[in-house]
Amino acid sequence: MSFYDKDIISIRDLNREQIEEILKVSEKMVPYAMGEKKTKVLEGRILGNLFFEPSTRTRLSFESAAHRLGVDVIDVSEMSMTSISKGETLADTIRMVDAYCDLIVLRHPHEGAARLAAKFSENPVINAGDGAGSHPTQTLLDLFTIKRAMKDIDGANVVLVGDLKYGRTVHSLVEALTMFGAKLTFVAPETLQMPDDNIKGLRGKPLLTDKLEDVIQDADVLYVTRIQRERFPDPSEYNKVSGTYRIDNEMLREAKSDLIVMHPLPRVDEIAPEVDGTPHAKYFEQAFNGIPVRMALLYMILGGEGL
Amino acid sequence: MREFKVAPIRNGTVIDHITAGQALNVLKILGVNEYNIDSTISVLIRVPSKKDGTGGWKDVVKVEDRELDPKTVDKIALIAPRATIVIIRDYSVAEKKRVTLSPTIFGLVRCSNPNCITNKNEPVQPEFDVVSQEPPTLRCRYCDRTLSKITDNLI
Repeated sequence: MSFYDKDIISIRDLNREQIEEILKVSEKMVPYAMGEKKTKVLEGRILGNLFFEPSTRTRLSFESAAHRLGVDVIDVSEMSMTSISKGETLADTIRMVDAYCDLIVLRHPHEGAARLAAKFSENPVINAGDGAGSHPTQTLLDLFTIKRAMKDIDGANVVLVGDLKYGRTVHSLVEALTMFGAKLTFVAPETLQMPDDNIKGLRGKPLLTDKLEDVIQDADVLYVTRIQRERFPDPSEYNKVSGTYRIDNEMLREAKSDLIVMHPLPRVDEIAPEVDGTPHAKYFEQAFNGIPVRMALLYMILGGEGL
Repeated sequence: MREFKVAPIRNGTVIDHITAGQALNVLKILGVNEYNIDSTISVLIRVPSKKDGTGGWKDVVKVEDRELDPKTVDKIALIAPRATIVIIRDYSVAEKKRVTLSPTIFGLVRCSNPNCITNKNEPVQPEFDVVSQEPPTLRCRYCDRTLSKITDNLI
């Protein structure tokens, strides 16, 4: 199974075996990602970091991943300075950047942009988030975080809480989790519950509820997402809902001692700072895990050898 | 004696076994409007059907003096996957075939997601995978969304 020259557009394009392979290589990358070991294994290669939307974590972690492997990065940080603002199509921009680098990482506000980029680019494309669509590298780093903490995703009881309707990360994450045989529970107010279309495609039957306190004691993983204020026309309704799902030490009192709490970040007030110091908190480690996972993808796609 | 609700046609096309209720959408696909009707078109809505899987009802559209191009037939398959196209020449059946819904649809419909990259003036045709034949359900190959209403998005 080779990832050489392969596009990574949607988690759906990968099967369980391929995901496991990526996670295995990610584990090998950890000492390099931490700076404990050094390598220039991909020296001479150039990564084109194209971010048409603001992003801190994803952009920086791709850049860091590239540098840790000796890859040079070219990027456009100010889209208003580019030909896009003059009306150039994405297809033309991609053809141009394709000629300047060996691999393109794309974040774009429109769904399907990465698939389009892959069509016009000779070099491989990694989707770093397209509108409300996919964000496969986030899913991979989430899986990597669960796997590192739990050893086995199979049979793990994963409780997802927050905005499950619009949250981009949760939709592809649940698809991948069912592929691995995890048990799923969706906790959200009715208006932000997981859409039927997303539930229909899942293997197994998830449990749906709006009460976190009823399910937290059985959870192995608590995946928290931010509820955005703008989803609620009535601010008092927002305050009521966001308060219900606030994770603090009191809420975690009933939880298993080895429960892990994850969050794609940025958080606002979904998780109280007092949780940060507990062994449950895995969200900063999760953010770090973006580096070894993205290193693994660069390494495999650009044909790295010897690590 | 068999009763004909609509008289047989001399030359033209009979679109039979249309999913009940879809006849008006078939007219839309045929591009029929008040300015371009230059031959007789008969429309039968909700007539009994003995064919399996129809729920006992079908629609029929007969267009005189016109044979359909393959693209039009492909569009009909998107809304009436059991339809048959019968070409009549001099009162006899010259050709009869069932429409086929190919597993991938190129360029016939646009994506219903306004934020999909295919709706943003990029040099690509919309592409869909057929995820279910009945009722026909299409998923955009670019944005992964399921098309909400095929008839509203025909090109």
